[in-house]
Amino acid sequence: MQRIISSFAIGILFGIGLTIAQMVNPAKVLSFLDLAGNWDPSLAFVMGGGAGVAAIGYRLAWRRPKPMLADMFQIPTRTDIDARLIIGGGLFGIGWGIAGLCPGPALASLGLGRSEVVFFVLAMTAGFALYEVYNRVLMKSQ
Amino acid sequence: MENFTPLSAFIGGSLIGLSAVLMMLLNGRIAGVSGIAGGLIVPFAGDWPWRLAFVLGLVAGPPVYLALGGQLPDIQFPVSSPLAMIAAGLIVGFGTRLGGGCTSGHGVCGVSRLSVRSLVATGAFMFTGFATVYVMRHVMGG
Repeated sequence: MQRIISSFAIGILFGIGLTIAQMVNPAKVLSFLDLAGNWDPSLAFVMGGGAGVAAIGYRLAWRRPKPMLADMFQIPTRTDIDARLIIGGGLFGIGWGIAGLCPGPALASLGLGRSEVVFFVLAMTAGFALYEVYNRVLMKSQ
Repeated sequence: MENFTPLSAFIGGSLIGLSAVLMMLLNGRIAGVSGIAGGLIVPFAGDWPWRLAFVLGLVAGPPVYLALGGQLPDIQFPVSSPLAMIAAGLIVGFGTRLGGGCTSGHGVCGVSRLSVRSLVATGAFMFTGFATVYVMRHVMGG
C-alpha cells in the first residue's frame, strides 16, 4: 500500500514539474525543436535541472543498502548499443517532433482536460500494445 | 528568443529530477514514464497497482498545481488534427518501448547516470526531433 501511495504522490510531483517547466505546452516543445526557426532553448534547462538533481540525489539514495519501500534497487545494467535502441529512440523523436508531446506530458495534459491529447494518448497506448505483439512474434520466430 | 523561460524550465526540471530521486529512494525504480505506463499493457501479478498509481498521479499533477494556486502557461497545440495526433501517438508509443525509454527514463534518469545506452537514445530522439520539425516547418510548411 505504501508503494501505491508513494507512486501516486511521486506522479503528482512529476506532473507539477512538467506543468511548471511547460512541457505540457506543445508550442513550447516544438519551438525548442525548431533550431532553424525562432529557437527557444528553455527545454534544455528542463533536462539539465532534472538530470542534475537526479545525478546528486541518486548518489545519496544509493548509499542505502536498499530502497525504503522495496527489496532492491532496479537499475538498468545493459551497456550494448543495439539497433532497437537507436531505431526506437529515432522513431520516438519523429512522433515527438510531429505533435510536440512525449509520454509524460501527454498523460499530464489529460489532467488539464485538453481534448487534443485524447487521440494521442489512445494511439500511444495502442503503440505500447503493438510493441508487446511485435516482441512476442519476434520471440517466437527466434 | 522572446519566449525564453530558463528559470521556470529549471525549476520544473528540478521537480522532475526530485520525483525521479524519490522513485529510486522509495521504490528502487527508474522514473521512466513510457516504461511504467507501457508495463501496464501486460500486467504482471502484483506489479500493476503502483504503475497505475504513478500514471494517475501524473494526470492529477496539473490540477493539484492549479489547486495550490499555480498559474498555467498559455498552452497551444500547433499540430492538433486527429490524424496527426494518432500517427504521432502510435510512433511515440511503439518507439519508446522499442528503444527502452523516453525523455524521462533516458533523457533525465539515464543521462544523470551517464548510461551509454541512454546517452545514445537521447541523441537519437533529439536528432530525429530536430529533423522532423525542420522538415515539417521549413521544407513542407515553408
